[in-house]
This record gives sequence, C-alpha cells and structure tokens, in this order.
Amino acid sequence: MPRAALVTRPLDVAALLREVQRPANGAEVLFVGTVRDAHEGRSVTGIDYSAYDAMASAELERLVEEASVRYATPDVVCEHRLGTLAVGDASVVIAVGHPRRAAAYDASRWVIEALKARVPIWKREHYADGSRAWVHHGR
Amino acid sequence: MIVNVLLFASYADALGADAVMVEVPDGAVLGDVVTAIRGRPGGDRVPSVPLVARNHRYATLADPVAATDEIALIPPVAGG
Repeated sequence: MPRAALVTRPLDVAALLREVQRPANGAEVLFVGTVRDAHEGRSVTGIDYSAYDAMASAELERLVEEASVRYATPDVVCEHRLGTLAVGDASVVIAVGHPRRAAAYDASRWVIEALKARVPIWKREHYADGSRAWVHHGR
Repeated sequence: MIVNVLLFASYADALGADAVMVEVPDGAVLGDVVTAIRGRPGGDRVPSVPLVARNHRYATLADPVAATDEIALIPPVAGG
C-alpha cells in the first residue's frame, strides 16, 4: 500500500527501499533528497524544515495515493524529515517499486515534483555568515 | 464572526505570530479573511492573493468561511 509520513528522526533509506521490494516488481527506484552546501552562490551550513503538520501529512498521503493510481503500483512510499538538518543529511526519500523500470522512474519523478509544488513544508537555510532566510522554490 | 487563522514560515515572521484571530462578517469568504490579515501590522508582507487552506485542503479566495473552519495562509512551499 502507498504510505507517506513526516518524521523528525534520520531517514532509513535501506528500510524504505525494502518496503517496496516484492517478487512482482522488476524495478525499484529510490530518490534521496539531501541538504546541499550552497544555494544561489551562498555557502549553506544547514536547513530548518518546518511544516503545517496536519495538512502536510494529509497532502503527502493524498499524493502517494494519487501516484499509486496514476502509475498502477501499490508500492509508493515517501518520508520527509522535519527539524534542523546538516549538509548531506537526507531530507526526503521516495521509494517506488513497479514491474517495469520506466513507470518506476516516472512515478518517482512525479512524486518529488508534486511534493515540491503542493505539500506545505518550508525551509529556512543557515548560511556560513550566520544569517538565515526562508527559501522559496522557483525564485 | 471570529476566525482563527494559522500562519507559517515567512508569514508568521511578518505578523509576529503563528496564529491570529480576525473578525469578518457572517457570510464572508476567504478573500475577506486575507484582507483583514493584510490590514494588520506586518500584513503588507502577505501577498494579495496568497495560497489559502481550509480544513487541510487548498481553497480559493471565493470559498466561504465558517467560524469552525481551520483556516491557514500558506507561504510559497519549499519541501524536498
């Protein structure tokens, strides 16, 4: 079954991959989003992730269920981490299992793009100079 | 009626609170709530057409409001 969660602990990438492995699947695609050390030319040292918890959980659940229907696989799992993360930490993991690789890749890509567009999660970057700023995608 | 409005991220910083109560007429729509918020100190940093949510789903500014609704203004999202 599709599953989504917001968590405040480190993401367990191997466990999420195992969750979508079944004999019927010929492909598992794993996407791991990590905190990058630079943004728009500024040196980044960490990111605070926050969310409108109740709505973000509901929206993320609706999104993996939609992906499951759209790409015809029950094996769609997404966890997003909240709290203060350091450079290199995983902020989001999407695991998709599917009989065919093309659909697995497509579903994975669809989930991350929909997540970035729809799920009420925000990030505030910490910069090397000690300042902090809210990040807006597509700016 | 009095409506409680949840604020997050840059909007919470702008208004200096993570929730505010606003008074709007009975029969008001979400756009009236946004107008009331924008009239508060710091509210000018909220755009005139922000994303809004009612009871955990995106809604439009033309949608009606009830005092029991959970209303939130949603700054541009940045998950991932």
